[in-house]
Amino acid sequence: MYTQGLDQAGNDKQSGVETAEQLAAFQKRVDAEEKIEAKDWMPEAYRRTLIRQISQHAHSEIIGMQPEGNWLTRAPSLKRKAILLAKVQDEAGHGLYLYSAAETLGVSRDQMVADLLSGKAKYSSIFNYPTLTWADIGAIGWLVDGAAIMNQIPLCRCSYGPYARAMVRVCKEESFHQRQGFDIMLTLCRGTAAQKAMAQDALNRWWWPSLMMFGPNDTESKHSAQSMAWKIKRFSNDELRQKFVDVTVQQAEFLGIRVPDDELSFDPESGHYTFGEIDWQEFIDVVAGNGPCNKQRLEKRQYAHNEGEWVRAAAQAYASKQAARAAA
Amino acid sequence: MSKQEWPLYEVFIRSKAGLSHRHAGSLHAADDQMALSNARDTYTRRSEGVSLWVVRSDRIVASDPTETSAFFEPAEDKIYRHPTFYEIPEGVENL
Repeated sequence: MYTQGLDQAGNDKQSGVETAEQLAAFQKRVDAEEKIEAKDWMPEAYRRTLIRQISQHAHSEIIGMQPEGNWLTRAPSLKRKAILLAKVQDEAGHGLYLYSAAETLGVSRDQMVADLLSGKAKYSSIFNYPTLTWADIGAIGWLVDGAAIMNQIPLCRCSYGPYARAMVRVCKEESFHQRQGFDIMLTLCRGTAAQKAMAQDALNRWWWPSLMMFGPNDTESKHSAQSMAWKIKRFSNDELRQKFVDVTVQQAEFLGIRVPDDELSFDPESGHYTFGEIDWQEFIDVVAGNGPCNKQRLEKRQYAHNEGEWVRAAAQAYASKQAARAAA
Repeated sequence: MSKQEWPLYEVFIRSKAGLSHRHAGSLHAADDQMALSNARDTYTRRSEGVSLWVVRSDRIVASDPTETSAFFEPAEDKIYRHPTFYEIPEGVENL
């Protein structure tokens, strides 16, 4: 049940101190792989962690519409344009599923939107990079959505029911995103030398930021251990990053383009690729708001929100008028 | 920010004739009609349904999760409601 009103009523009963018995009983449910539902008792820290994670995830989907939206009017064919439009619409949809899931935890939609617009809330660092060529649209689908799938598939088994259910829906659609991206890359790589160079350039620019999407190394990750214990997270950042590298390097080989990492090599013993060190300073800078497009992304979202105000006001006025008429 | 937060609606989808409507998620809308259009755009972009229900979340009456065991307890001790309660002698068939 996604019912905010009931949710808040539930909160009143839980105010006060969390007892050791309550916490132990909760952990026992989680350990038994029981799903936690919106109105169930949960530790405040669990609630806060989920609100933070789900709302950031939602914001990422909404901001993520911008780098791709940039190419909607310049897609190279009507077919590509229709596909891209469908993909961008999906991102909006994903944002909405996730906002709904976050709302079940007692935070309001308006509050989350306000936090995004004020710059208080974070979103995925990847969307602060520019889309300079059409090949970037291919690279985003292939790499960024590919990395997102690695992260999101385990989230379908997250202990919090509404989040897990939203992720099932998202993952079904995400697979289309990744394939359409790979399809763009493949077409470019089978095209002229200039087109292939464009694909290589996009891989060069998107590879490292895609690896950063998995977050800090396990040794540096602040929230990981607790999230794993609560079964919000199923795999560590480094495990997921390794999985992504293993599958993606082979796809790059198929495309005939080079992953921009001199230290990349296959280790036959472990069966995994070893790869170079990520530039963590760049990651920290982008998260802190100093990436290439942070300012532009936020300003565009604020602009869209402000420009849409009259539409929301008109819809509200119409609804109030209809309601008044029906009552009369 | 909209001056007044739009009400929350729950969305139910019948995926095909012969199946019941199933809860899909929720959304905000200014009125019922908008809730229906938004539900279509948000939850059925890939032909997931042949019928949609939307209902305002605050109109749903729900059982209380803190009272779950007491609420459902009356069914617990009536094991004779299950066919496995009855012992059928060897040799009796089609029962």
